[in-house]
Amino acid sequence: MAVVRLREPLKRLANNRSEHEVSATTVIEVLRALEATEPALSGWILDERGIVRPHINVFVNGELSNSASALEEGDRVDVIPAISGGT
Amino acid sequence: MTELLLGTRKGLLALEGEPGGPFEVRARAFPGETIDYTTRDPRSGRVFATVTSPFYGPKIFYTDLPVADWPEPDGPSFPPPQEVEGWQQASGVVLPEGGKLALKRIWVIEPGEADRLVYAGGDPGVLFASRDGGASFELNQALFTEPTRAGWQPGGGGLCLHSIATWPGDPDRLAIGISAAGVWLTEDGGRSWRQGNQGLIARYVPDNAPEDQIALCVHRIHRAAKRPERLFLQFHGGVYRSDDAGSSWRAVGGGLPSDFGFPLAVDPADPDSAYVIPLTADLDRVTPGARMRVYETRDGGSSWSARGDGLPQDHAYLTILREAFDWIGSGDQLGLYFGATSGEVFGSTDAGAHWFSVAERLPPVLSVSVS
Repeated sequence: MAVVRLREPLKRLANNRSEHEVSATTVIEVLRALEATEPALSGWILDERGIVRPHINVFVNGELSNSASALEEGDRVDVIPAISGGT
Repeated sequence: MTELLLGTRKGLLALEGEPGGPFEVRARAFPGETIDYTTRDPRSGRVFATVTSPFYGPKIFYTDLPVADWPEPDGPSFPPPQEVEGWQQASGVVLPEGGKLALKRIWVIEPGEADRLVYAGGDPGVLFASRDGGASFELNQALFTEPTRAGWQPGGGGLCLHSIATWPGDPDRLAIGISAAGVWLTEDGGRSWRQGNQGLIARYVPDNAPEDQIALCVHRIHRAAKRPERLFLQFHGGVYRSDDAGSSWRAVGGGLPSDFGFPLAVDPADPDSAYVIPLTADLDRVTPGARMRVYETRDGGSSWSARGDGLPQDHAYLTILREAFDWIGSGDQLGLYFGATSGEVFGSTDAGAHWFSVAERLPPVLSVSVS
């Protein structure tokens, strides 16, 4: 099991829970599984193509990762919007 | 009392006031978010807001609460907490899962001509329909799988389906505009589509381009309610009129200071009347001569007259976007309202003869809806 940690507003969409234990072997798997268990998140992290939205960053154990990054038991996955600004 | 709903770069603003004077901002929703479009469905009173979050993608939200009951949020909070503000996210506003395309933006919401029928148009050139008043939408598959789609090219703002011209009393007939994939027509409620581009001339392609050219940058379409086979169209260089329900078009932009622009309005009572707000050129998208003027035709585009009384006429470098011009009423009492990217909003209660300042110092105005 990996532990996915969400901040607002994703936390609110996920039944107001910041931590979710999810069984998966890669980052993209964990995000898809999270959407399945928390359907209100559908479309907020991944787009229709199943791709992580471009301004959402996923960190595994504190390090920026990508969709294919492998997960191990007990890994901590943080889903965090990128820095905002410019307009 | 007149209500204006403004989609702005920094939230949805609901203004109210008596025509002729400045309006008051009654409520602000979605603070900090880009509201591409907002409107009130006059049948149900439901307010829609289309939001393109840079983080979370495009969404449609709706509320049935009166504006007076919209609480001012403490700060940025997206999505708005439903239990606090009454906004709900519409479902079904997505493209098929696992495909090659993702929805980028919802450009427009348009009430349909059947009970609880609501349309939404977006990028990449897609149409959604709701049959429950806008709570849930379905993608129009015929347009999405149109065989020519692979050749559709986006305009500067994307591959935007921005105009949905309904046919009064007939839910089966629609004309839609896509930048830059031209005009598309249906007579069977969206089960099939055909192009309606005959006569449109794109100056940005070679003059020997194929006649079935699709790369047509339509900027706005509106239908004349009293004569529904007539439509007006603002093109990327050119103002056009169709008298055969959009199958063919003829240029009617002669006499304008520029035939480039985005917004368009029509008088529901008079099929010969239309209003445009020209911009200098595609490479200089400000009001011509640094004067803010709306141009009116009362003869189907044969001639145009400037209407600028009350509008800034000195050093007025304004840009008015395609969804930022709306109207209410008809005839001599036609109310016209538009907003600029510089945060000014103007109105007229006499079909453009005189104008007044509705509001200023607002965020860039992306859409205007009056009711």
